[in-house]
Amino acid sequence: MAKRSAPEINTGSMADIAFLLLVFFLVTTTMEQDTGIQRKLPEKQPENITPPEVKRRNVFIVLVNRNDELLVNGEPGDINLLKDRVKEFILNPRNSEDLPEKTPTVIEGLGTYEVSKGVISLQNDRLTSFEKYMAVQDVLTRAFNELRNELASAKFGKTFDELQVLAKTNPEYEKKSDAIKKAIPISISEAEPKQTKSK
Amino acid sequence: MSRFKKKSEKSLPAISTSSLPDIVFMLLFFFMVTTKMKEVTLKVVVRKPDATQATKLENKSLISNIYIGKPLPRYQNQYGDQPLLQLDDAFAKPKDVAPWVLQEIEKTAEFERSKRTVSLKVDREVKMGIVTDVKEQLREANALKINYSARKAAILE
Repeated sequence: MAKRSAPEINTGSMADIAFLLLVFFLVTTTMEQDTGIQRKLPEKQPENITPPEVKRRNVFIVLVNRNDELLVNGEPGDINLLKDRVKEFILNPRNSEDLPEKTPTVIEGLGTYEVSKGVISLQNDRLTSFEKYMAVQDVLTRAFNELRNELASAKFGKTFDELQVLAKTNPEYEKKSDAIKKAIPISISEAEPKQTKSK
Repeated sequence: MSRFKKKSEKSLPAISTSSLPDIVFMLLFFFMVTTKMKEVTLKVVVRKPDATQATKLENKSLISNIYIGKPLPRYQNQYGDQPLLQLDDAFAKPKDVAPWVLQEIEKTAEFERSKRTVSLKVDREVKMGIVTDVKEQLREANALKINYSARKAAILE
């Protein structure tokens, strides 16, 4: 038999095959990034230590009961009004007697700032739904973020959010954003759950 | 005008597509290498709550995930339909959380241990009881940085 040269394999469809694979990986790739609300849990206290006394005026109690109802400082509250109440509580603009005390603190980059001693105590029942709990957490976080934004705009002409973005590349802004964090710490205490009575 | 026309009428040599596969393969390898398949197979249903203040979590390798939700329908015969928690690939009890977290911390390089974050991926309908148990366990293990996983939502005024 005469030796015939084998016909060359057509590579024209190679691109199609590769594209198919490429599309598969493009679709399955998850660039998903986790988003959420970050919190720091309190450290575990030894049992024999009694917690330090906190003045009543310095605590703002938000309780979410088993029916997902809100009790703000002992009275039924509305989640839509919560943000402004928290902001007023932390700022205490008129130095009212029943709102928290402030400690003048020297903060680098800000000078002396009256840091509020107020603490938001977020309490929940074991039967509170996670969705409601998160909604309240969200409102509280928003109150603090707005306070920080307002302070940052007044002092540095940029909102706190902008400062944080800039801080990634510029240490100058990092100092500023740290100063804001010190001036308005996110003081939310997540207490262990209480048994609340349902109506 | 006619001068240009004449030029275009000349048959152009076809662009060689023989290097196209090479280009595509290069892209393909890039995606193959960077793709990280989901680390765990979810056995519980997690529909995250919405939060307007949700922020991005950085550094994926320093995050440990705890999933809490109802078991998927096919596991419900065996495990019931009450919310359970899932660590890695298996169902677990709240008391397993502390040892698991300690293990996770152990895996982290020494200088990055303080940055380890535990992300709680909790279904919106779960009651806080189980979440609280987990939080207590995390305090026990001294893993205090946590994240309540939520979807970023727009602010409605």
